[in-house]
Amino acid sequence: MELKLDLALILTGVLWGAVLVLGLMAWRRGRILLREGLRTGGLDFIHILPRIMLGVVGSGYLAAVMPQSLIIQWIGPQSGFLGVAIAAVFGAITPGGAVVGFAIAATALKTGGGAPQVIAYATAWALISLQRTLVWEVPAMPAQFVTMRLLASVPLPFLAALGAMLIGRP
Amino acid sequence: MSRAMSTPSPTQPPPAGRRKRRSFDWSTAVIGTLVVSAGSAVLWRDGWAPFLSILTHDLTLLVDILPKVLAGCLIGAFVMMLLPREVVARWVGGESGFVGLVIATLVGTFLPGGPFSIYPITAALLTLGADVGTATTFIAAWSLLGYNRALVWELPFMGGDFTFWRVAVSLPLPILAGLFARLLWKVLINRDDPA
Repeated sequence: MELKLDLALILTGVLWGAVLVLGLMAWRRGRILLREGLRTGGLDFIHILPRIMLGVVGSGYLAAVMPQSLIIQWIGPQSGFLGVAIAAVFGAITPGGAVVGFAIAATALKTGGGAPQVIAYATAWALISLQRTLVWEVPAMPAQFVTMRLLASVPLPFLAALGAMLIGRP
Repeated sequence: MSRAMSTPSPTQPPPAGRRKRRSFDWSTAVIGTLVVSAGSAVLWRDGWAPFLSILTHDLTLLVDILPKVLAGCLIGAFVMMLLPREVVARWVGGESGFVGLVIATLVGTFLPGGPFSIYPITAALLTLGADVGTATTFIAAWSLLGYNRALVWELPFMGGDFTFWRVAVSLPLPILAGLFARLLWKVLINRDDPA
């Protein structure tokens, strides 16, 4: 626990160190650039604040009302590759952004989902997310490319889960 | 969506004017409804003590992560400003073969931004001559290894242990995805062209 806290502190330090370096780089190119960066970043923060508050505060309550036996049965540690497949399908069809995806993944993990299965969920959601693909990728990219990319992504949730099973972590 | 359609050109001006993001959309509304229902259910079923204990725990978590989120937002804004997308496209699009996949992995991992910027950059990669494998690796690295998503979102929700090991098992995946995509392209679309 103590190690984890230190890690979190170091990460925060690294992040703010990067902010400092980037801010200096922007400042050297002109004060306006620095001000513009601070403004844009600050506005982004304010924009996502409601979502992150909702997601973080809400995931505890969502976990508390989840039907635990169902989660364990479908995607629990004993569910094997069928559970991985179920989790991957759910990941691919989960709509919305990072808050939705990780709130669901965190809930699944808290209520007894197996780590490899939750990793498969997160991987499928990150790579395939049908809503993101349809709304953002299809309009911007050639159709053949999108098809090949999706096909090439299908094995990855299973490989990620397999990797987690083999090393026995997390 | 019209923004995304107009952006595949690598000569797109810097993304300063792209931001028109609402802080509350329908998916947030759905989650909000779920959270309020779940919170009410906990209160009704278990009473005040468990309700407040969950709230305290989650608020502590929130206080812990907000500085990270702010830093993540500032990093994203500065990098997008200092690094025009055509520069990124030239870095990744200029290399082919296995080296191209490695570079695509690195750039995809460290480039901040959401779907509104990553797909136009990928489209620019393709027009600059990157093959399907490089572009697939780039998107896979951005979505699986991207530090922004991992640090800002995954770490607070999933904890350090889960995030670390998920990223660890995902490290080889973007390159594998690129190799799969090249193979598929060769087999399904163009048998003669060594993509």
